[in-house]
Amino acid sequence: MSDDRGDDGPDGDRPVEHGSHRRSDEQTDGGNHLGGPLVAGVILLLCALLGFGIATQVRRTAAGDSLAAMRPDDLVQILDGLQQREDDLNSEVVALQSTLARLRVGGASSGQALAEAQRQAEQLGILAGTVAAHGPGIRITIADPAKSVEPEVLLDAVQELRNAGAEAQQIDGIRIGMDSAFTGDRSQILLDGTPVTRPILIVAIGDPPTLAAAMAIPGGVVDSVKRTGARIEVTQSNTVVVDALRPVRTPQYARPTG
Amino acid sequence: MYAFIAVVVGIVAGLILSPTIPDWMAPYLPIAVIAALDALFGGARAWLEKIFDAKVFVVSFIANVLVAAFIVFLGDQLGVGAQLSTAVVVVLGIRIFANVAAIRRWVFKA
Repeated sequence: MSDDRGDDGPDGDRPVEHGSHRRSDEQTDGGNHLGGPLVAGVILLLCALLGFGIATQVRRTAAGDSLAAMRPDDLVQILDGLQQREDDLNSEVVALQSTLARLRVGGASSGQALAEAQRQAEQLGILAGTVAAHGPGIRITIADPAKSVEPEVLLDAVQELRNAGAEAQQIDGIRIGMDSAFTGDRSQILLDGTPVTRPILIVAIGDPPTLAAAMAIPGGVVDSVKRTGARIEVTQSNTVVVDALRPVRTPQYARPTG
Repeated sequence: MYAFIAVVVGIVAGLILSPTIPDWMAPYLPIAVIAALDALFGGARAWLEKIFDAKVFVVSFIANVLVAAFIVFLGDQLGVGAQLSTAVVVVLGIRIFANVAAIRRWVFKA
């Protein structure tokens, strides 16, 4: 039999075979297979015990109560590992919280800066004439069928209104900006190159009484217009709309300083 | 044959009774189970090879269990319980494999 198994040598069954069985083989020579009933009973009892042990151990393992079965050394190691992990996670929490706070602060301040910048852009847009505006102001209508009003009168009107604190003006649907210019003559007045049609309608946003008074000063706009024989009408209003826009100009040479 | 029936009966009994293992015994139970399994497979192999001896089986079964438990106990006392447990499981696992291989050769002739 051992010769039969000799060719299976690489599996190495022989060296780990039950030595005691091997010995008993020689002693009892295979004659005593089951022994007495007592021994058979002991065998069955042992097998039952083995099954019992297997079932118990499997139940214990499946119950997940593995910590209770572990040695103190292992438990200490596990505890150490858990504590280290807890420390790591705690420091991570702190780092993330500081990051969160930083981002919150940054977000709030950048939001404020954005709102401020938007407000400034709107104000500058009103001044530059790139944004429509409304508010209290006056409306001036010059009926001039004889075309006797000179461009200089309109220039005076614009400058007087500006002096009186007008914040936005438009004449016949053309926004007045810092580089607006009147050209032409009384037969054809040009504002920024665009013909001004009669009757001339001037809209200005500002304090209405102040603007009206600026028009009505002796020798002022109203007087000049009336001298030429045209009719002029100044109306104060709580809400006038200046909705003509000037194109946005990007400065070609000037750059912000600082 | 009866032995396997007895094992099954024991498993069923264990599942039904679900006994509580005392703490001092907890580390030794898995090792003892492995050792007993080794003895069982050795006995099965001997039985197939017609050299089974009941007395030897009983003695080797008990001795296996006790020696394995003792080695683990010794390891615990020396502070290397976990490593010795692993060592015992490895050795017994190799033996079980070898015995099962012999049984397989005996049964399938291959």
